[in-house]
Amino acid sequence: MPQPVNAELGQASELLMLLASIAYVVAFIFFVLDLVRSSTTINAVEARLASEQAASTRSLASVGAGGGGSTVAEARPAPVTADDSMDYGSGARRGTARIAVALTVLAAVIHGAAVVSRAFAAHRVPWGNMYEFCTTGALLVSVIFLITLTRKDLRFVGSFVVGLVVVMLCAATVGFPTPVSRLIPALQSYWLIVHVSIAVASSAIFTITFAMSVLQLLQTSREAKLLAGKADTAKFLRLVPSALSLENLSYRLNAIAFVGWTFTVMAGAIWAEQAWGRYWGWDTKEVWSFVIWTVYAGYLHARATRGWTGTRAAWLSIVGYLCIVFNFTIVNIYFSGLHSYAGV
Amino acid sequence: MKQDTDARAASGARGDVVVPELGVVGSLRWAWTQLTSMRTALFLLLLLAVGAVPGSLFPQRPANPAVVTQYLQDHPDTGPVLDWFQLFDVYSSVWFSAIYLLLFISLIGCVVPRARAHYRAVRSTPPRTPKRLSRLPVHGTVEVPAEEARAVGLTPSSAARQAAAVLRKRGYRVDVRDDGTAQPSVGAERGLAKEFGNLVFHISLMGVLVAVAIGGLFGYTGQKVVVEGDTFVNTLIGYDSFSPGSNFSDDRLEPYSIRLDAFDVRFDREQESNYGQPLDFTANLTTQDGPGAEEEQQVLKVNAPVSIGGTNVYLVGNGYAPVVTVRDAEGNIASEGPVVAVPSDGLYTSLIVIKAPDAQPDQLGFVGFFLPTAFVDEEGVSFSRDPDPFNPQLNLNSYYGDLGLDDGTPENVYVLDTEELTELNSRNNDDGGIVLSVGQTYDLPEGKGSITFDGLKRYIALDIHHDPAKVGAFVFAMLALFGLAASLFIARRRLWVRITGHDDGGLVAEYGLLARGEDHRLQDEGLMVRKLLEDRWSVPEVTTGEYRVQEAASSAAGTGQSQNTTKDN
Ligand code: HEM
Repeated sequence: MPQPVNAELGQASELLMLLASIAYVVAFIFFVLDLVRSSTTINAVEARLASEQAASTRSLASVGAGGGGSTVAEARPAPVTADDSMDYGSGARRGTARIAVALTVLAAVIHGAAVVSRAFAAHRVPWGNMYEFCTTGALLVSVIFLITLTRKDLRFVGSFVVGLVVVMLCAATVGFPTPVSRLIPALQSYWLIVHVSIAVASSAIFTITFAMSVLQLLQTSREAKLLAGKADTAKFLRLVPSALSLENLSYRLNAIAFVGWTFTVMAGAIWAEQAWGRYWGWDTKEVWSFVIWTVYAGYLHARATRGWTGTRAAWLSIVGYLCIVFNFTIVNIYFSGLHSYAGV
Repeated sequence: MKQDTDARAASGARGDVVVPELGVVGSLRWAWTQLTSMRTALFLLLLLAVGAVPGSLFPQRPANPAVVTQYLQDHPDTGPVLDWFQLFDVYSSVWFSAIYLLLFISLIGCVVPRARAHYRAVRSTPPRTPKRLSRLPVHGTVEVPAEEARAVGLTPSSAARQAAAVLRKRGYRVDVRDDGTAQPSVGAERGLAKEFGNLVFHISLMGVLVAVAIGGLFGYTGQKVVVEGDTFVNTLIGYDSFSPGSNFSDDRLEPYSIRLDAFDVRFDREQESNYGQPLDFTANLTTQDGPGAEEEQQVLKVNAPVSIGGTNVYLVGNGYAPVVTVRDAEGNIASEGPVVAVPSDGLYTSLIVIKAPDAQPDQLGFVGFFLPTAFVDEEGVSFSRDPDPFNPQLNLNSYYGDLGLDDGTPENVYVLDTEELTELNSRNNDDGGIVLSVGQTYDLPEGKGSITFDGLKRYIALDIHHDPAKVGAFVFAMLALFGLAASLFIARRRLWVRITGHDDGGLVAEYGLLARGEDHRLQDEGLMVRKLLEDRWSVPEVTTGEYRVQEAASSAAGTGQSQNTTKDN
């Protein structure tokens, strides 16, 4: 006989979730501020450059335009000032960005406490309905982002990623509010733990690569513009590495997430075999999981096909992510099927 | 990534448009080249994704035949057009099958030559040493000063062999060439498992497809509703509905039997917000492997099927079966026993249809609701307030006339076609509807007979599946998963070391690395190998000169990796 749920702890969890959302919003503001400030710095440096008419390369470079000094002195501004390796230590210190990261860490800690307390309140894993998929998924997005930050300087996608986390938390609290509850019989299986956790983790990685692919497209068109000698209209993209290095890193992340998604689909099939007696039956949810899998398989092939690398591959990565969002929202809510236990 | 682009160009070379040779053989070859090109594979993959979508937008026959029929009735104009395009049978449609069959032919055409090439690669020695190692994306030199070399008696030849040993220990397969000359070199290669994994992955996908096909041919599925106390026997007539695979024959059915002794249901009673939500369904069964076999007690739950006689038995639904007796105008029993009511919501408000074709002189029929915990709202409408049977009630309309069961057309037991019948009771006529609690009897108007609500039982809905190939599908799926991980995460690299002896006895070891495919750690590998060689020959670490050369060269080649490891902001 499972223990009854702890409603008070559940309420505490909801309060923590609210606090975490607020912290994320503040972090988001700081990330945006960082982009704005850096653009301003770049503008100032450029203005001075113009007036001094390329006098002494060295002294100007040390002013520090937030990136490799040598590029600043070139006649035409280089498209990217950020370091392509995305390692730390290149470029000027960005105080605002550091505050933003610190706030994100704080938010993630509160967020983690909210998710864990919900799990304890319900005496089970915290992913049994839409509210929980959203909140736990958002936690994974921010944790994976923070882990990646310890190795690579991805702060330029901070506003994007943290913004998405805020959207996910809002969707959970406004769109799918669900009090703490026990699991219905259909979900009482250890496959829930395996299948859903990997699904949520893979989706979290896909979220980050989605952000990077969007930036990659923006950066590609900006690079083309600059090459054609046109004016730079999106200066904040200077903080973003070149399109090519974005593509390479998002490929690596997508490869990991793709293996995760493959595992998710297979675990889902095994669970379906146990619960419904067939491992594959083209249920709506299965159809869309298959579509997502095929699109990302297409992405991986595109990376090995001439004429399909770069922009087209980025589009596939974006389309794949849109399918994930569709599968998670529209399919769960509006399509009927065996998976209609989402709790909405 | 220059070296990547090269690799891509190589693997995509087949995708280039080939000028067709003339003649039939030529065109066939051309078609084959096109079909097995990477670009076609990509196109077919994306097409497959798009093709799968309509199956989620339109109802599908295999899953919901009734919904499809309804859809066709509701959309007499567009429905048949959609049907012609097989949009209600997407996954068995000609066009969807064509996409995936073409994809798999393309796959075979892709995998076979690659497997052959890989077999050759595995059997051959690492490729010959390039003339200029400094052209490789990652390269460098290690110098052994004359004194050090003399101290340990190092010659070009022994240095080459030692380098080979170091590399072998690091997982490379190695080959020493030009041994004994003034410039011996080592060719090394690792990560052949990457390609192997890729092949295993693609082949396993075909394995999965074949397993699915075999399951479809030789398997079967069936449904059966079992009321408490009743027994199901696994024979063709035992099923309510049955879908055999195309190669099925009935002697595959093992005549086991399953009796439902009791069905226990628990609903949430503690939590306000989820009051009445189901917590547990447990069916207690008595099974027998065949006539005369020993009886066995088994428990069936939602996520825990029971295996018996080569099949799996699943609990897929449950509900109430009110026990009802219908007497006809002459006072004879026209029908009696439990009647399965179909739940329409979480509170088990259930639809019920009772047919008494044996009633004399007129056949009788009843349609209505079963409510486990009946309540009446302000407007006088009855509804159920709880899924447990605290106040079970039947609300029925009654009809008499020809039920239409005798003309042999298959009839849905859960539907009563009232068009040809005459109404006896309903909310809209003078006699009103029939409302019965357990133990009550209602006498029909015009002396047509009576109906009694004797008691209440529960029933379970079982799905019974036999899929002889599911283990195969599982094994291939697992192989695919491991193959995929190997192909994505193992790095395939080639490495060469060339030793040059100086006149003064000192040595220079030049090394160069080349990745096949994506490899963001090539630079680190270069540094690691350098360190291993330096340690082997106890060369003090050199941090000037070449280091920068190497870095400059590699960033020119665009590996994108910088050596900067400080994290100061
Ligand atoms: C059912 C259809 C297919 C699926 C689901 C599929 C899936 C995949 C996946 C997930 C990868 C990633 C592994 C990797 O990058 O190493 C891959 C790689 C690859 N596939 Fe397929 N594939 C299919 C059909 C084909 C076909 C028809 C071809 C041949 C034209 C092909 C050729 C390749 C090649 C050459 C690679 C290695 C690409 C690279 O160098 O990264 N695949 N495939």
